[in-house]
Amino acid sequence: MKKINLRLCAALALGLAALLLVQALVCPKYTGVSRDGSLTGEYYGFAGGNDVLFVGDCEVYENFSPITLWENYGIPSAIRGSPQQMIWQSYYLLEDALRYETPRAVVFNVLSMKYDTPKSAGPDSRREAYNRMTLDGMRWSKSKLDAIEASMTEGEQGRDALWSYVFPLLRYHERWNTLEKEDVQYLFGKDPVSHNGYLMQAGVKPVTGEHVEPPLADYTLGENSWYYLNKMEQLCREKGIQLILVKAPTLSPVWWSQWDRQVADYAAEKGLLYLNFLEVQDEIGIDWQQDTYDTGLHLNVYGAEKLSDYFGKILSEDVGLPDRRTEEALSRRWAEKCARYYEEKAGLEAQRDGGDA
Amino acid sequence: MSFISVPFLLFFGAVSLAYYLLPRRWQWGVLLAGSVIFYLTADLRYWIFLTVCTVSGYLAVCRMDDRLRKLDAYLREKPLTREEKKAARGSVKGKNRLTLAACLVLNFAMLFVCKALLLPAVRTAAEGTALSFLSLGLPLGISFYLFQTMGYCIDVYRGKAKAQRNFLKFALFTTYFPYLIQGPISAYGKLEGQLYTSHDFDGKQWSFGVQRMLWGYFKKLVIADRIAPLIASLRAPELGGMGFFLLTLSYAVQIYGDFTGGIDMTIGMSESLGICLPENFIRPYFSKNIAEYWRRWHISLGEWMKDYIFYPISVSGPMLRLSKTARARLGNFGKRLPVYVASLATWFVTGIWHGLTPNFILWGMLNCLFIVGSEECAPLYARFHNRFHLKEKGWYGGFEILRMFLLMNFIRACDLFPHVGDYFAGFGRMLTNPNFAMLTNGTLLTLGLTGPDFAILGFGIALLFAVSLYQEKKGSVREALWSGNVWLRYGLFFLLLLAVLLMGKYGTGYNAGSFIYNQF
Repeated sequence: MKKINLRLCAALALGLAALLLVQALVCPKYTGVSRDGSLTGEYYGFAGGNDVLFVGDCEVYENFSPITLWENYGIPSAIRGSPQQMIWQSYYLLEDALRYETPRAVVFNVLSMKYDTPKSAGPDSRREAYNRMTLDGMRWSKSKLDAIEASMTEGEQGRDALWSYVFPLLRYHERWNTLEKEDVQYLFGKDPVSHNGYLMQAGVKPVTGEHVEPPLADYTLGENSWYYLNKMEQLCREKGIQLILVKAPTLSPVWWSQWDRQVADYAAEKGLLYLNFLEVQDEIGIDWQQDTYDTGLHLNVYGAEKLSDYFGKILSEDVGLPDRRTEEALSRRWAEKCARYYEEKAGLEAQRDGGDA
Repeated sequence: MSFISVPFLLFFGAVSLAYYLLPRRWQWGVLLAGSVIFYLTADLRYWIFLTVCTVSGYLAVCRMDDRLRKLDAYLREKPLTREEKKAARGSVKGKNRLTLAACLVLNFAMLFVCKALLLPAVRTAAEGTALSFLSLGLPLGISFYLFQTMGYCIDVYRGKAKAQRNFLKFALFTTYFPYLIQGPISAYGKLEGQLYTSHDFDGKQWSFGVQRMLWGYFKKLVIADRIAPLIASLRAPELGGMGFFLLTLSYAVQIYGDFTGGIDMTIGMSESLGICLPENFIRPYFSKNIAEYWRRWHISLGEWMKDYIFYPISVSGPMLRLSKTARARLGNFGKRLPVYVASLATWFVTGIWHGLTPNFILWGMLNCLFIVGSEECAPLYARFHNRFHLKEKGWYGGFEILRMFLLMNFIRACDLFPHVGDYFAGFGRMLTNPNFAMLTNGTLLTLGLTGPDFAILGFGIALLFAVSLYQEKKGSVREALWSGNVWLRYGLFFLLLLAVLLMGKYGTGYNAGSFIYNQF
């Protein structure tokens, strides 16, 4: 009997290990063009000791450079970004992050307020894919459970999709017949793709014309969006964190003045700092012929450094965040981050220029 | 809660743990509690139908039993003449017949209304009336639990089964969750000795049960659900005769994988709990004639129809009188005529059990036609075989199997065409527009399946065939593996589990939870 039990235990253990290995194999590694899917999970590698935490979508993780904030102002910062991050996800990612650190300021990019519910954010299949990119990397906690529930599309709700977050094999099982070499190469982990959450782009693709979108029938920002912004404001207030609302200086999608007014009014009512960087592009020094890699949808590294330098001055002089470059241990850590940052920047520039030649 | 869901697997795990860890005398209670929870997770409105069926069946069984007990006591206690005893028995039988009839009418009327409300015209007419409450789709498992419970009531009436006086035990027989949704429709007598008795944990039996469940998941998720998009695409008339032919083949694969897969899950679940349910399929595609096919396909429904429709009609007064008259006028054919009439009625009922639409009635009639035709042609076949001795030739068995497979495919295709005209038009296309070119011009890859899908289907069907062939010739695959190397056994079943997890059609974009027979 003892022999049978030992054999059974060994068989079960082996089976479980094999299943976990297969699961790791079929889960997407988010390399190449979809590397921004790695950002959520990467956060845990640099969580802790940051004075500023950014939350939001690609307008945050491609437009703000923590390296510039550190180098120019001694402000350690991190970005908790992910592609198409919705405001409810921003809230739960923030709630999760506050289990690991308590920054002095949280910076939230307000563009995602235009999406009031999962349904309003586009077709179910596309929305579901972005949900996965944002939520798969979260460590398990009540925040993750709440984020999943808030994010599920109508189709997911009917099919017990929560279980596919618990066992990702159930979601990604069909990838077995489209596996790539990266799936094996990065089976047990990979190097971070970001710099404290900043995803570097060094390409240059100038703006060619004005970005135009048809006017809306109704500019009222939705109740659900306000609900989560209020939760964010309350969470920050309870933790003694200053919440700063920003709108990144990107030309598309359009940030309507009607939306801007609503956010400005809210910020005034709550005593929050709201910065619409679209209004100060010239002050920032953004050159739309050089500082964007995709005709104005996002800034490249050059634009991000300019914006970060501008914002860093506000954080330092107006918000009063201290310069911590005198802290030895912190400086050593950031020196390594900077070295890696400039190494990648040089590499991307060489790639870009080599391609141009 | 679908069998194909993580919550169900967790639920079943919890029920199994409770079943084996709690005191043995509580086991049937655990099953009842589990069954209640299982059905509660379906639409709460479905509960009304299950409750009506269970309570009315229980009351009918108890009432009939009360009268029989009183009759027994009366006959024992009083000195009665033979005529008095006969009158007493006749009176009780008459009253029991009325009780049974009331129960049957109530339940079958309920089933009829539910099925009728599936028809768009009836549903529209019922809008705004009290019946519109019932327009919630067919209550889960109603065709199965209702037939099973009514069959039990009839058996009690006939004296073939004992009355179960304990309401909770009766409820367990009706609601036992493994077979609640799609059978097998089980006779009370075969389960009484298992459902309410204690079962010690038996590692081999538990292992066999889990293996069978896994095999069921493989058939359902890897084969049946993979081929499903092809069924929808192949109905297009522009695909011609070959499209129709491939449709019949594909549907044969889908319905076999779906239905037998579901039954494997059911029987496997139950086996792991120590309760052996009757087999519902015995490799029907290996049948050589239609009678054999219906002894191998959906066996429990066939037996129910035989026991409660066919035999009662065949031996009824009017049929016996018909037999006498017909024999006098038509000779030997007249002797068979009542059987054919009973067959016609049985197949009509079997057809409408599937649905109240013309295609299902046609399906039933076609089956009856070929069965009766086979009977009538039996002497002709015998003379043919005596003359040409084909049965002695090795290939002839394979020919018979292939012939039967194709015939049943064509009959079964009725399921797919609510408009009967479209069904016959398919046959017409086989003659007027065969479209063989679709096999080679790339059309197959535009019908919803990719190259890898076809490869997996090929592998799945080949594995299914190999296992079935082994079972047909040698017996149980699980027994053979059990007597072999334990690591080989676990390794093979682990590979099967991996195949289900990786190649199964479930998750985003799929609705793997439903089974074809849920619609009946």
